[in-house]
Amino acid sequence: MNASDQKRLLREMIFYRRFEERSFEAYMERKIGGFLHLYSGQEAVATGVLEAARCGHDYVITGYRDHVHAIKAGAPAREVMAELYGKVTGSSRGRGGSMHIFDPTVNFMGGYALVGQPFPLAAGLALACKHKGTDQIAICFLGDGANNQGTFHETMNMASLWKLPVLFVCENNLYAIGTRIDRSTAVTDQYKRMCAYNIPSSQHDGQDIDAVMAAAGDAIAHVRGGKGPYFIEFMTYRQRGHSMSDSNAYRSKEEERQWLERDPIRIYGERLKKAGVMTDKDIAAMEKSVLEEIENDVVRFAEESPEPRVEDLNKYCLDDQPDPRWIGPLAQGEQHG
Amino acid sequence: MAEIAYWEAIRRAHDEELAHDRMVVAMGEDIGVAGGTYKATSGLYQKYGADRIIDTPISENSYTGIGIGASMAGLRPIIEIMSINFALLALDTLINAAAKIRYMSGGRVSCPIVMRTPGGTAHQLAAQHSARLARMFMSTPGLRVVTPRGPLDAYGMLKSAVRCNDPVIIIEHESMYNMRGEVPDEETFRPLEGAEIVRAGTDVTLIGYNYSVHLCLAAAEKLAAMGVSAEVLDLRALRPIDRDTIRRSVEKTHKVVIAEEDEATVGVGSEIISVIVEECFFALDAQPVRVHAADVPVPYNRQLEKAAIPNADDVLAAALKVLGRV
Repeated sequence: MNASDQKRLLREMIFYRRFEERSFEAYMERKIGGFLHLYSGQEAVATGVLEAARCGHDYVITGYRDHVHAIKAGAPAREVMAELYGKVTGSSRGRGGSMHIFDPTVNFMGGYALVGQPFPLAAGLALACKHKGTDQIAICFLGDGANNQGTFHETMNMASLWKLPVLFVCENNLYAIGTRIDRSTAVTDQYKRMCAYNIPSSQHDGQDIDAVMAAAGDAIAHVRGGKGPYFIEFMTYRQRGHSMSDSNAYRSKEEERQWLERDPIRIYGERLKKAGVMTDKDIAAMEKSVLEEIENDVVRFAEESPEPRVEDLNKYCLDDQPDPRWIGPLAQGEQHG
Repeated sequence: MAEIAYWEAIRRAHDEELAHDRMVVAMGEDIGVAGGTYKATSGLYQKYGADRIIDTPISENSYTGIGIGASMAGLRPIIEIMSINFALLALDTLINAAAKIRYMSGGRVSCPIVMRTPGGTAHQLAAQHSARLARMFMSTPGLRVVTPRGPLDAYGMLKSAVRCNDPVIIIEHESMYNMRGEVPDEETFRPLEGAEIVRAGTDVTLIGYNYSVHLCLAAAEKLAAMGVSAEVLDLRALRPIDRDTIRRSVEKTHKVVIAEEDEATVGVGSEIISVIVEECFFALDAQPVRVHAADVPVPYNRQLEKAAIPNADDVLAAALKVLGRV
C-alpha cells in the first residue's frame, strides 16, 4: 500500500472517531434521539475489511452499531448524520434513525436492531448474487453477542450447504450488551464454532488495520472465488458503553486502560510515523481538517436540513405507486355476484 | 376454461411465474425433490432445477430471512411455510424485517416476497397444527394479507403477489387444496385488494374469507329455501380491508353476520364490525353477529374439534338471529 493510501486510511479512521464523538455531543444536546450505539475503538475492523472489499459493488449489512460501516461502504457522511438528526435528507429519510441506516445506491443494505437478524438477510443477499451469476459477495458484520441467536446456527448451516458467497465478520468486543463473553458463551473463541458447519474461519487482531486488511483480503478472495462462506473473527473493544444509556459498570478500569493502549488509530498513526510517512505535525493537521469537515459539512448539513413532513407519515409503508393490475380493486365485471 | 383443483391452481401460478422471470425462486421444506406437502410445487424441481426450487432445512425463521435478503437484491422468492403454526418461528424476519424494511429505509429498499401457508383447521391435527393466525398478520403494517377461497384466486392472486413489490402473505387452507373450480386457460391476474360479492342478496350480508366463505354459501342456500335472500361477501384481502364493498352491502341489506374460523378475540370479525360502525352504523337494523371458533387451543378429539370450529349451520343460526327469526 502506498503512502497516500496509508494517509487516507488514517484520516478515514480519525474521521469515523470524530463522527461518533460529535454525534455523542449532539445526543447530549438532545439533537439526536432514541438509542445511539457508538463504534469508537473498533474502527480498524470496518475500515480494514471494507478497504479489502469492493464497496458499492459488494453488499454490506450489519447490526445497529452501523454509522461507520455505512460511511465506509460509501454512504455520504452528511446523510448519515442527517439521519441521526431525523431529517428528511437522511439516509433513510428520517424514518430509520441511528440503528437503521440504508443506502442501496452503494449496496449498504441496512442496520438492524434485532440481534442476529442480519445473518439470514446477508445469506439472502449472497443467494441473489449467486443466482445472478455476478462476482459480488455479501459481507455481514455482527458482534459476538449475535452468535448466540438461533439465526446464527440456522444461517451458517444453509450458507455452507448452498456454498453462498458471504463473508461473516465477527467483531468480538468481548461484551454482549453488558454481559462478558465468558458469562454468556460456552465457546469463547468464536471462529471455533464454525467447525460445526464446515465453514473455514480464523481469528485476528482487530486493532491493527494492516492485520485486518491482510486477513480480510484472503477471506474475501476465498468467498469471491466461489468456495462458499468464510467466517472471520476480529478481537476488538468498544471504548464507550453499549449505548448512551449504558453506565459501563460491568468493565474494570484496568481492562479499559489496557485496550485504550491498543487504540487502532494510535497504533496506525505510530506505525506511519515510524515509517516516515507522517509526522506529529501532519497528524495534528489531519485532525484539524477532520474537525472542520465534520463541523462545516457534516453537522451543518444535518442541522440545516428540513424535517420530514407530517403529511408524509404514511408514505413508504407499502409501494406508493403500485401497478393496479396486481393490486386492484376488483372491477365490477370481475365480481362473481 | 378448465376445472382444476386448488393445489393445481397454485402449481400453475408457480410454473408460469418461474417461466416468466428468472428472478422468481421458490423456497420451503420438502417443496422440491419431495414435491411439496400439498403438491403445490410438484414436478417443478424437475423442470426448473435445485437453484430455483430450493429445498430448505427445517429453519423457518432463517430461510424466510434468506428469502427476504434475496428479495432486497432483486429476487422474487415464493416462500412456503408448511403450516401457519410454523410461521410463528418466522415472525422475527417476517414482521421485524420484511414488513418494516421499506418504511425504515425511507422507501429505498423493498422486500417483494410472497409467503404462502395453509392457515386453517383440517381433521384432528390438534392444537399445534390448527392455529389460525390471520388476525395477527392483518394487524401488521407493511404487509399485504390475502385469503383465496378457491382455485381462481389461489392462481391469480399468487401471480399478482409475485409481481407486486410488497411482502404478501397468502393464507391457504388445508381443507381446500383438493377443492375444484374453474380457472381460465389464458393467463389471468387477480388483484390483491378488493372484496367480492360472490352471491347477491337483499336481506342479510354474510361476510367470510378463505374457507368460511364456503360456510356462508352453504348457509345462503338453506336461507334461500326459507325465502331469505342472503348476500355473501368474500373479503379476499384482510389487509387492506375493502371498506367500500362492505359498506355498500350493509347499506343494502342492513343486517350482517361475520363468519371466521379464527378465534373471536381481537379478530377478523371484531375488525369488520369496527369498519361497519365507522362506515355505516345507522344502516344497521340489528346487532351484527360473529360466528367464530371456540376460545380454546384446538382439541384432538373429533367431537370436541367439531364443537370448537364453526360450520354452516352456525352461520345459518346466526343469520336467523340477526333476521329476528329465532
